[in-house]
Amino acid sequence: MNRISKAFENQKAFIAFVTGGDPDLETTEELIPKMAEAGADLIEIGIPFSDPIAEGIVIQEADVRALKADTTTDKLFDMVARVRKKTDVALVFMTYVNPVYTYGIERFMKKCAEVGIDGVIIPDVPFEERDEVKGACEEAGIDLISMIAPTSKERIHMIAGEAKGFLYCVSSLGVTGVRSKITTDIGAMVEQVKQVSNIPCAIGFGIATPEQAQEMAGKADGAIVGSAIVKLVAKYGKDCVSPVCEYVHNMKEAVKSA
Amino acid sequence: MENKKGRFGLYGGQYIPETLIPAVNEVEAAYEHYKNDPEFKKELHDLLTKYAGRPSLLYYAEKMTKDLGGAKVYLKREDLNHTGSHKINNVLGQVLLAKKMGKTRVIAETGAGQHGVATATAAALMDMECEIFMGKEDTDRQALNCYRMELLGAKVHPVTSGTMTLKDAVNETMREWASRMDDTLYVLGSVMGPHPFPMMVRDFQKIIGEEIKEQLQEAEGKLPDAVIACVGGGSNAMGAFYEFIPDTSVRLIGCEAAGLGIDNPKNAATIATGSVGIFHGMKSLFCQNEYGQIAPVYSISAGLDYPGIGPEHANLHETGRAEYVPITDIEAVEAFEYLSRTEGIIPAIESSHAVAYAKKLAPTMSKDQIIVVNISGRGDKDVAAIARYRGVEIFD
Repeated sequence: MNRISKAFENQKAFIAFVTGGDPDLETTEELIPKMAEAGADLIEIGIPFSDPIAEGIVIQEADVRALKADTTTDKLFDMVARVRKKTDVALVFMTYVNPVYTYGIERFMKKCAEVGIDGVIIPDVPFEERDEVKGACEEAGIDLISMIAPTSKERIHMIAGEAKGFLYCVSSLGVTGVRSKITTDIGAMVEQVKQVSNIPCAIGFGIATPEQAQEMAGKADGAIVGSAIVKLVAKYGKDCVSPVCEYVHNMKEAVKSA
Repeated sequence: MENKKGRFGLYGGQYIPETLIPAVNEVEAAYEHYKNDPEFKKELHDLLTKYAGRPSLLYYAEKMTKDLGGAKVYLKREDLNHTGSHKINNVLGQVLLAKKMGKTRVIAETGAGQHGVATATAAALMDMECEIFMGKEDTDRQALNCYRMELLGAKVHPVTSGTMTLKDAVNETMREWASRMDDTLYVLGSVMGPHPFPMMVRDFQKIIGEEIKEQLQEAEGKLPDAVIACVGGGSNAMGAFYEFIPDTSVRLIGCEAAGLGIDNPKNAATIATGSVGIFHGMKSLFCQNEYGQIAPVYSISAGLDYPGIGPEHANLHETGRAEYVPITDIEAVEAFEYLSRTEGIIPAIESSHAVAYAKKLAPTMSKDQIIVVNISGRGDKDVAAIARYRGVEIFD
């Protein structure tokens, strides 16, 4: 069983996102194992991109900070290699297709496997374009994480049928970011997935409070939180480790009770 | 030229988040239906002829021809269209399509403001809500066009993310579309973005080349030897070129914005300085660094200040069917002034890039050869900026 499957084994998973290199690589390197200790079952590391079209303002600004701090794909690989020695938590990269494409897709996936990355989430590679990266992922043993959205409807069966690792269920229209209310019928989306696949479903976009996390995890196999964590990183900078871990701990407790 | 999934050779595709895929599929299905619908075609034709003023003139620039002393120079006067540029051709098509699809709201990005003005115009005409996203830097450079859009009933959102120019306006419009697509169509302004936009926008713009062919046949009884157009995303060039692609004797020349020069990072010449990447929904050529971070490009022309190029152009470049040349700010400004004084026509600073190359090319050709330059827009919007460039401070 790989690390991603383990994250969902016999429990609801709490998935934490952090932008790699925000505010600097040292902080991210310290943050990842500590978030795992605090209860994160899977950690998404964002590779910052100049033009993140699926992100709201919070993660956009994190990308700007990380790029300003000279974060590069190579430096992130090196950082992950060091982190991997300290933790066995499932790690996935979340980024856009251009940084992967220009790095060389095969080279990128090979490098992921080498440093201990378990999967990749690339929001601008939809089902129709997955052949661009699928072969290289399979070759390297990296799970290509698929996404479904509130607009997916009859596409859900097709996407879920081929999904690997876990299925990222986008809770709301629009971009990433904290929302006061999630109006999509998540239960119905997950049900459609389960008709064709046993793949674990994690809900992301808009989750910030323990109540929301509990509610979403109750309807699925896990909850994903990004912007709320990145906001803490923005607020506390290099001193973010302890407030982020406290937050992660509380969120994991909420997810557990779902 | 495109095959299934909207590919032009290696380029094109639909690299956008899952949330938006059903929206582009809906546009594709609607376009495939209506493009052959006689009623849609008639309505669009009526709008183009009775509202936008088509066909636009093909003007023999006799003084320019004599002055340059080589090939005969014809100007395709897209600047005479309603709203002052070629953008209206595409916008009338897309807003009419939006109407047929039952949409009540259109959104669009704009660089120089020409596409924004055209979209706001069509929205006013066809009773649609309209919101325009424009980089903060461009709202400052093109303040007059901003007010014009508001006058037409559109809401203009200054975009303050990233480099605050055209690419950031595209990012923001895509984000907006992803959050509201039920009643909204993203009226993309160029031959770029995810399929079906590169194909659909080209189809709405190809009337430029079709008219050139017909008008020149009438005037000279033959094909041109070269067609020259400026290229940012590339819609006016694609529109001018498309009809001539099978006529291999016709040189197709796209003029990119080289800003301060292609050896200076302050340029937007994608073909000269870019590399293959995947961004804004398409595989194409982009100005970017070794890690795939999109470069903060620069040009005096807000409309060409874009780090990519439409996928069909990338393919025309790769196959060698079209040539692409870089034109610097100073060359464009000199051409802007040159055409104003020589022919009494003030071209857009974007189109001035094409004029600049015609000035270089015509003298190298013989007097029985013909160049057609696409004057994609008029230069009124640029007068204040060019005055500033020349050190004259005026208030626009």
